Amino acid sequence: MADMKKDLVIIGGGPAGLSAAVSARKEGLEDILIIERDTRLGGILNQCIHNGFGLHTFKEELTGPEYASRYITMVKEEKIPYMLDTMVVDISYDEKTGSKTVTAMNSEDGLFRIEAKAVILAMGCRERPRGALNIPGFRPAGIYSAGTAQYYVNIEGKMPGRKVVILGSGDIGLIMARRMTYEGAKVLCVAELMPYSGGLKRNIVQCLDDFDIPLLLSHTVVDIKGKKRVEGVTIAEVDSNRKPIPGTEVFYECDTLLLSCGLIPENELTGRLGAGLNPVTGGAYVNESLETDVPGVYACGNVLHVHDLVDHVSGEAASAGKNAADFILGKNNTRYDGAAVKIRTESGVRYSVPSVVRPSLMPDTMTVRFRVGNEYRDKDLAVYLDGKQLMRLPKRVMAPGEMEQIVLVKSRMNRIMDPSDGAEHEMVIRIEDRQ
Amino acid sequence: MRDVTVIGAGVTGSCIARELSRYELDILVLEKGSDVCEGTSKANSGIAHSGYDAKPGTLKARFNVEGNRLIHVLSRELDFPFKENGSLVLALDEEGRSGIRDLYERGIKNGVPDLRIVERDELKAMEPAVSDSAVCALYAPTGGIVCPFGMNIAFAENAADNGVEFLFETKVTSVERRTDDDGKIYYHIETSKGSADSRIVINAAGVYADRIHNMVSEKKIHITPRKGQYCLMDKAAGSLVSHTLFQLPTKSGKGVLVTPTVHGNLMTGPTSDESLDAEDTATTAEGLGTVISRASLSVKELPRMTITSFAGLRAHEDGGDFIIGEAEDSPGFIDAAGIESPGLTAAPAIGVFVAGLVRDILEPAEKENFISVRKGIPSMALATEEERQALIKEDPAYSHVICRCELVTEGEIRNAISRTLGATTIDGIKRRTRAGMGRCQAGFCLARTIPILAEMLGKPEEEITKCGTGSEYINGNIKDGI
Amino acid sequence: MVDKRELICIRCPVGCHITAELEDGRVKSISGNSCPRGAEYAENEVTHPVRTVTSLVRLKGGEHPVVSVKTESDVPKEKMMDVVAALKGIELTAPVRIGDVAAEDIAGTGVRVIVTSDSAAV
Repeated sequence: MADMKKDLVIIGGGPAGLSAAVSARKEGLEDILIIERDTRLGGILNQCIHNGFGLHTFKEELTGPEYASRYITMVKEEKIPYMLDTMVVDISYDEKTGSKTVTAMNSEDGLFRIEAKAVILAMGCRERPRGALNIPGFRPAGIYSAGTAQYYVNIEGKMPGRKVVILGSGDIGLIMARRMTYEGAKVLCVAELMPYSGGLKRNIVQCLDDFDIPLLLSHTVVDIKGKKRVEGVTIAEVDSNRKPIPGTEVFYECDTLLLSCGLIPENELTGRLGAGLNPVTGGAYVNESLETDVPGVYACGNVLHVHDLVDHVSGEAASAGKNAADFILGKNNTRYDGAAVKIRTESGVRYSVPSVVRPSLMPDTMTVRFRVGNEYRDKDLAVYLDGKQLMRLPKRVMAPGEMEQIVLVKSRMNRIMDPSDGAEHEMVIRIEDRQ
Repeated sequence: MRDVTVIGAGVTGSCIARELSRYELDILVLEKGSDVCEGTSKANSGIAHSGYDAKPGTLKARFNVEGNRLIHVLSRELDFPFKENGSLVLALDEEGRSGIRDLYERGIKNGVPDLRIVERDELKAMEPAVSDSAVCALYAPTGGIVCPFGMNIAFAENAADNGVEFLFETKVTSVERRTDDDGKIYYHIETSKGSADSRIVINAAGVYADRIHNMVSEKKIHITPRKGQYCLMDKAAGSLVSHTLFQLPTKSGKGVLVTPTVHGNLMTGPTSDESLDAEDTATTAEGLGTVISRASLSVKELPRMTITSFAGLRAHEDGGDFIIGEAEDSPGFIDAAGIESPGLTAAPAIGVFVAGLVRDILEPAEKENFISVRKGIPSMALATEEERQALIKEDPAYSHVICRCELVTEGEIRNAISRTLGATTIDGIKRRTRAGMGRCQAGFCLARTIPILAEMLGKPEEEITKCGTGSEYINGNIKDGI
Repeated sequence: MVDKRELICIRCPVGCHITAELEDGRVKSISGNSCPRGAEYAENEVTHPVRTVTSLVRLKGGEHPVVSVKTESDVPKEKMMDVVAALKGIELTAPVRIGDVAAEDIAGTGVRVIVTSDSAAV
């Protein structure tokens, strides 16, 4: 028994959820509910007080809270209902009726169920913990994920430490190097296991170089000293197999170790729902509509795959919102019997979102996003459909820290294949030597 | 003058204190850590061993089998997580078969119930993920998994509910035998926070038990800390095996276990490295490497989903057995020393036995109002929908999720802080509620837990610690140093 | 007097390593860039590098004790830490809205500091 019924339930009121809601409303959908677990909308953007957001979306440079505020204003102007301080604990799918049941709880309504025609997953991601890195040593206070430190400094105005070493050169780690410096801490160095940084160039220049903070590529933390509070860490160089090289150890006296070693989509709910998850991204497998393999359940933003720029999140979420609205309004045919193109990625391309495209349901042009597994210079990005080259893009540089994308043009695909043949086709995206 | 002073609030000390609290006695527990369960008790395999391992006739054998039986009963009365999942000792080659046979016979002598040897086909059916090289296994259905924190805390809380006083961050610096005006022996104990006199002293000081013992007795004992390193894996890997898989020791080394934990994670370990330092709970790259490579022998494919690794120290006494009883030359000074594996399992039985010794010396009356049961903190993660509804109705804080990974709510955290022997540290909250034990390892919830603890303790956030003085998280405000 | 400066262009992901040569404080040559935007970036960076500073000021009466701010436009790079230090003395009172002015002329740069998050009074 459901306590309420909604056409569209959006789980998460961060950048993805907000953009999806606005887009669904613009498509003509009335009955929408955003469920947010925090006390305000905006998600992680609220603690990202640095600038650099919105260059694509708004053609100006905004801070995180300002970017979020633009979307929050749109949601309020559209009078889209939202619930704050509300945690979704379960989603289930009834195969017979096609309805989705979202179970949530908050202090006012207790535990309650919502029956939804469609659901958009927009729960974001979380940081990779120390254990995944297997850093030996003690486990004292003073080891924080970069995001936790960011919350402390930017929201609570408190310092998690005074002398800091950062492991991992992901963007949050780089940003926190500057933030901690601005607020009076000394950042000794940023160590990065890989021979390249996982962060944006701009952040390396403006967050490290500006403050003479060394970036130690191919280095990692091999020991943590201090039983109660961090007293120092030992950093060593690693070889090409990422194994520490004996004799290269250097001890850094510090009281804080920040970890910025990547993000993982937060997909507990998705898993419980039974949607297939891609082990490479940690997010759901989706089709051209950003629909998971549970019909009427869509995913977008960092819960789908970790993005580099929030502008890309907003763009992707807008597609998900539109598609979910179309699904509810019956604008797209759910009983699909046309062709399906499976996208395979290889030779350096790690994954693609979406992973399957049904050409007759895709818009005239469609963005496929992906990441590469290494730093590549002067290579070609080649796309094949049924063995025939669909496009070939020369790339000056591709790096794991930046998301790549290609735009599929329906008319060009249809020259190679028959979109109505009901057969399975294959698209391959790969990196090749420059031709 | 106290009747009894217990040194150490680990699982052994807490079980002893709980059994003693049945009597009309003035009991004090001294603990150098900031909470119960801060030493060996917090970092071990969390196994309720069935009891085939120890040599027949040893104290280890005796207290193991009895302790296992007691855990089955007391986990219900004291409401701590325990599951009888059964254990399997794997023979990973034909040569191991005789070793399995020996273990079986030893177990029968020790009185372990329902032991039997299972052959490959049955083993595969029981554990589809078991390594193809396993030829047979010793199956002990009474083997179980227990939450070591939950168990330690349950006994301590129940002891406190029955009037036992616990003092934390109180390190014993000397114990001296004295005689009072009536010629009766008592002990004078100096600590980092003052002194106490006590008729009876119980030494449950873990890796420090030799130091405490040697303060009063001329019959010296010697403990070597043995470090055991573990890897804990994500719950997504927790269903890899359902039984606890041990390995028969081979010439290549002592085996490691692969086990589900009572909370549904997968755990592997431990190593066994002798350590010179009783505080050395640091993991090493080599040790963690050994854990993974050894564990990989038991199963076809070991998932690489470590969320945290840790090391614990086991108090190995030179004689190789537990030392339990009154020191020969020190009447009223009772050792519970050298408590290494299967110490967690044995603890409830040690508690009963040691309480019996005290009873024989002091001849106290039994309490009329002894509280024999204790209710744990409700868990929203494990609760049914109806139970969840009821909890939220009772206290809306049970709807406010603080730890997303383990679904721990503000209600549970407040309960953990406000109850008897409540949490005063972030580790204390973690061990009582699991907040911060999930896959993000407190990355999200730490900043949400600290303010709750600060508010309830009436302290500024700067004074909130991970595990006692010196482990503060926050160092002033922004721009302080500018 | 010729001064040689090495920098990494941040205008796009390529990250060209650019060398700029200065003579008496004026740009003499720029090399290593692969597009005009790189040259422009390098010229600005070596002659008058500027940054937007994003930081916090104290907030009285809000849900949290601080609120985020930024310099409304770029300030000279060498003034970054001066700006942050000057922010230390500022305290606002909730409610504050995005765009509220926290300081008119921060650290003598002539640049305003504006609030970047909404914070209600509690």
